Amino acid sequence: MSTTDTTADVLDVAAIRRDFPILEQEVHGKRLVFLDSAASAQKPRSVIEAMSEFAENDYANIHRGVYSLAERATARYEEARVAVARFIGAPSAAEVIFTKNATEGLNLVAGSWGRANLGPGDAVVLTQMEHHSNIVPWFQLQQEKGFEIRWIPVGADHMLDLSDLDRLLDGAKLVGLTAMSNVLGTLTPVRQIADAAHAAGALVCVDACQFVPHVPTDVVAMGADFAAFSGHKMVGPSGIGVLWGRAELLDAMPPFLGGGGMILTVDLEGFTPDAAPAKFEAGTPPIIEAIGLHAAIDYLNALGMDAVRAHEVSLTAYALRALTERVGDRLTIHGPSEPAQRGGVLSLAIDDVHPHDLAQVMDEHAVCVRPGHHCAKPLMKVLGVGATARASLYVYNDTDDVDALAVALADAADFFAP
Amino acid sequence: MPGLEDLYREIILDHYRSPRNRGELPAPPATKTEGFNPLCGDEIVVYVDVVDGTVADIRIDGQGCSISQSSASMMSSAVKGKTLSEVEDLTRAFKAMMSIHESSLGGEATAGEAGADGDALEAPEGVKLGDLEALQGVVKFPVRIKCATLSWNTLAQALDEATAGTE
Repeated sequence: MSTTDTTADVLDVAAIRRDFPILEQEVHGKRLVFLDSAASAQKPRSVIEAMSEFAENDYANIHRGVYSLAERATARYEEARVAVARFIGAPSAAEVIFTKNATEGLNLVAGSWGRANLGPGDAVVLTQMEHHSNIVPWFQLQQEKGFEIRWIPVGADHMLDLSDLDRLLDGAKLVGLTAMSNVLGTLTPVRQIADAAHAAGALVCVDACQFVPHVPTDVVAMGADFAAFSGHKMVGPSGIGVLWGRAELLDAMPPFLGGGGMILTVDLEGFTPDAAPAKFEAGTPPIIEAIGLHAAIDYLNALGMDAVRAHEVSLTAYALRALTERVGDRLTIHGPSEPAQRGGVLSLAIDDVHPHDLAQVMDEHAVCVRPGHHCAKPLMKVLGVGATARASLYVYNDTDDVDALAVALADAADFFAP
Repeated sequence: MPGLEDLYREIILDHYRSPRNRGELPAPPATKTEGFNPLCGDEIVVYVDVVDGTVADIRIDGQGCSISQSSASMMSSAVKGKTLSEVEDLTRAFKAMMSIHESSLGGEATAGEAGADGDALEAPEGVKLGDLEALQGVVKFPVRIKCATLSWNTLAQALDEATAGTE
């Protein structure tokens, strides 16, 4: 049996597609081919309905309210935290901090842990395939604290080049790395790097934004000390993200944002912060979004994350083959060629055609791909390109979508470079 | 809905495939200014040599989509040899065609389809855009407007820098 034939067996994509109301529509008279889930995923009816039902029946601000509605809302919000903890293998729900998105989670690590622990003579090690959200916060802090930033390079095979890792880790206090590149799809050896980092006395902060929605996740087995991800990329709502951190680290860290909800007490002399996670959740949090994220986790659990990953591996294998066959030598697909080493993120380039133009023509085919630098300009420089056209696969995509992508891509290539 | 032929007119593709005034000028004496479109990664480098109030020479470098690169190419042909006031008129006419309003040239451009705030730039009378009119179809694709105006914004900035302190 070929890998292609197993695609339909792992997930019932036809049934999944019926769960996503937005996929019922046509664009330009054609079936909508949504291939931009790496930017943000679509939402199943169960998520949409969970949020509206909560707003209709159970909504109130959480914590401290003594009326039953507030108690109900608080309980639902905290149940969502427990669901997140279980989904990522966190030992305790108290280690799960709700944020606005993964970006805020990474900023929290830099702004709280980093500001308290980094100074001149220290080093932070990042990889060349980081998203700007795991680069810029460290640059911002570097201006204030004057530590060194070092880079784990990307090899010609579009995997991380670890040949110089020991030297890079010498004197490092933190390693920030993506678990899966949002441009190349590359799965990074987080555990291997974490073991080396810990041996060198450094913590590991994982950008798991592209990983958690697609691959079974166990933050402890991964060797992470912090991990950040977003709800909206895992069929949940926008406006909520998660930072997980080891309890002893969170306990020792100063608060990030100040305000209501994060204090134990305030008087005219100062304040005493509450314990984590409340310490890091100043202000009214994304309450309805937490309910939506819980529903999203229930949805993914019902599919089974092993099945989600298997589906994407086989669909990625199909895509790598089908696109090359249909478009030919003009096509470059950045990223590892082996599906087991990557996620379903396909950064496409056609000789002499700019990705922006490719995406424009592909829109005529109702094929949604994203042109640009994908907030990874340092990586673009390493790849020697200004931009790519990125197609990304998820649970509701099937071989029909990939075939439509191949046709649209070939048409776009012919339009500009006949 | 607008078709691709509105966007990708033949003359646009011609300028994209065979860009005019491509390259660099020694700076100084020329002024070198870079412009970026952070949304799609387009980069334009404008080299402009202003002599006696005239754009004596211009070169374009950088990389980007067909709209940004062809617009830059057409712009370079349109402004070469023109006086600064003629270039200013051309810029305003082009921006008016793109239905752009903004607080200042070279600032963050805002796509103002149909002049949403009622302050779209008025086209100066009697200015002939010529080939540049081929870019008119871009306004039907609002996300591409910044691609077309990038080179003009960069030129305006370059001319500001070139003439700074000479007035």
